[in-house]
Amino acid sequence: MLGRTANGLYWMFRHIERAENGARLIDAGLRMSLTRSEATEDDWEGVLQSAGVRELYDQVHDQLTSSDAIDFLLRDTANPSSVMSCIESGRHNARMVRTALTRETWEATNECWIDMKAMLARKVRPAEMPEVIDAIKRRAGLIRGAFHGTMLRNEIFNFSRIGTFIERADNTARILDVKYYVLLPAVSAVGSSMDNVQWESILRSVSAHRAYGWVYDAELRPANIADFLISNGRMPRSLAYCYEKIVSNLGYLAREYGEKHAAHETAEQTLESLRSRSIDDIMDQGLHEYLEEFIRHNNRLGQEITDGYRFYH
Amino acid sequence: MMNADSSPRRPYSTYHEWYASQDRNRLIAKSKEAENIFRKTGITFAVYGHADSSEKLIPFDLIPRIISGREWRKLAQGIEQRVIALNAFLDDIYHKQEIIRAGRIPRELIEKNDAFLPQMIGFRPPGGVYTHIVGTDIVRTGEDQFYVLEDNARTPSGVSYMLENRETMMQMFPELFHQNRVRPVENYPYLLRQSLSSLAPPGCTGKPRVAVLTPGIYNSAFYEHAFLADMMGVELVEGSDLRVIDGKVKMRTTRGYEAIDVLYRRVDDDFLDPLTFRPDSALGIPGIMDVYRAGNITIANAPGTGISDDKAIYSYMPEIVEFYTGRKPLLENVPTWRCSEQPSLKYVLEHLDELVVKEVHGSGGYGMLVGPTATKRERAAFAEKLKERPGNYIAQPTLSLSTVPILVNKGIAPRHVDLRPYVLVSDKVQIIPGGLTRVALKEGSLVVNSSQGGGTKDTWVLED
Repeated sequence: MLGRTANGLYWMFRHIERAENGARLIDAGLRMSLTRSEATEDDWEGVLQSAGVRELYDQVHDQLTSSDAIDFLLRDTANPSSVMSCIESGRHNARMVRTALTRETWEATNECWIDMKAMLARKVRPAEMPEVIDAIKRRAGLIRGAFHGTMLRNEIFNFSRIGTFIERADNTARILDVKYYVLLPAVSAVGSSMDNVQWESILRSVSAHRAYGWVYDAELRPANIADFLISNGRMPRSLAYCYEKIVSNLGYLAREYGEKHAAHETAEQTLESLRSRSIDDIMDQGLHEYLEEFIRHNNRLGQEITDGYRFYH
Repeated sequence: MMNADSSPRRPYSTYHEWYASQDRNRLIAKSKEAENIFRKTGITFAVYGHADSSEKLIPFDLIPRIISGREWRKLAQGIEQRVIALNAFLDDIYHKQEIIRAGRIPRELIEKNDAFLPQMIGFRPPGGVYTHIVGTDIVRTGEDQFYVLEDNARTPSGVSYMLENRETMMQMFPELFHQNRVRPVENYPYLLRQSLSSLAPPGCTGKPRVAVLTPGIYNSAFYEHAFLADMMGVELVEGSDLRVIDGKVKMRTTRGYEAIDVLYRRVDDDFLDPLTFRPDSALGIPGIMDVYRAGNITIANAPGTGISDDKAIYSYMPEIVEFYTGRKPLLENVPTWRCSEQPSLKYVLEHLDELVVKEVHGSGGYGMLVGPTATKRERAAFAEKLKERPGNYIAQPTLSLSTVPILVNKGIAPRHVDLRPYVLVSDKVQIIPGGLTRVALKEGSLVVNSSQGGGTKDTWVLED
């Protein structure tokens, strides 16, 4: 397979994953502003940070309003991580690697782009938001469905999956990192209703607020939430789950090509550490530092994959 | 579709009967359905010079253009003769230049032409084939009356539309293909791959590895490049994927560099090799021409074939065909005035309102004047350009092109069409029965180019 094609697949799926996560983040933000009586601009600040575009927002806007923040996250082309920008980039990459995709996967991606472009052509009114968020998630689901249902399980599949999970791990880590102070047991705020809303918003932004109850119990505890999103191998957006998938897909590539790269060792080490460290240990050492380091390692892994499989040169 | 006495023409009779039984609203709904299929599939092209129209659909008309088997055979013979002559002409002008020595073509017309590549002198491509793929543009003016408009021997495009149009018609109206015996076109990608593989270079020892070279995603025909690579089951590469290593052209794969034997390039000569041609080209592969001359890669079509479909050469095609085949051309040329010649220029300037004037090196309907439909002011402006650089233009009369019906809201209406059949050359010449019918959708218009509001149709050649 061409290095450029592997690169195109990797970024196609990173962008589609990011678009979907963007929609979830907005959804969680909206939910939070509905359940709280006081001014909510601060909440949007957190959402912008989770999406990694807080500084960029300030370059474009003078002040932070919920309406501007939503628009910036959803459809601003000045924001390369806005949902629309991601769909645009995802489809651009898909078009470039079209010969590697099944007709169904390509068409699902192209239709997602056609529909969302029409839907996001104008600023979305608050009343239309649920419909729009739903449409994004559904469209992303259709791409995933076509991909899983029709693609051969070969190197094309592996590079696509690796892109999906590197992006997802990055997104989950960022959400936790931005909210880490909420998870730190501070004497004064513990048990207050405000905290519960914040905690729930973390789970909501990874679509895990129901699942949490099944795995732990109804009570939201910081350590359990962190455990769920970091170490729980059954939670499909947790760091451990993402790294299991990355390691297994890199493993298929190693077997098929008969060689390993630096990426293989990095991914295996990260997975090992995710499995072995207890959540109490992590929180004692400092959640923020832990996540920062994770994000750094995750980026390095992306770079090692790019180099090992000759994406650019 | 109809004779003068308003009975349907023979090849259309079965179709006409079917059409008469159809509900027009259903057909119009089908027409919208076809558009959705094209949009969903992403069968789009880019229009240069339009900011807001980065991707457009070419309108598809669902009434097929039907050609009888008998008429087709005649046409195919003429095309074959012409394509054989084109290859013989190319081989000659890059070797002995007998046609120049015989005084049939002026030397400066060849040697001062940008499309003539001195780098190709004395080199014979694998199998002696220069034009692997040709798309001859043809117009019909009446029963058995065909004229060749252009020879398109560089990188003719549009074949993906021929294939998708057929696919769409078969999906929407399967019954029509039971009622009519339509010759198949869908094996084109298979024939293309076979034809390209059979012309692998001497340096290729194993199974030939074929790739399609595209300028990239922003090229107007990118869809077609991806489509053909996909249908042939070969890699779609860009210049940046390729590099010359150990005397071979190799592509960068996730496992390292792997050699390519046959490159179906959809990149113009100028951009092919920055070491040989345009040094600023980022689309090409530095050093590929050395590999080519050393017999380690086949480039299709061969560099330098553009000289054979140059509009200045076009007017000499009847002489060229006769010189190399020893026979009168079976297909006619459209009478052509070369504006570089003083008496012709005078004639053209005096008859601008009846002529079509084209740039010698232009393509795609850009920079041309259609005299009869242009305004007085447009003609005056064009006359100035003409006087400034007469050698840059040729002129042709507007032929009374035959029309075929298209579907409009009120039913059917006649529109002018041309036809581009696709020809594959290897040790044999294969002409795909059908081709791309382009139709001028504006009433009365003669310009069929997609960049100028033209559409396409499925083209049927019947077995008989």
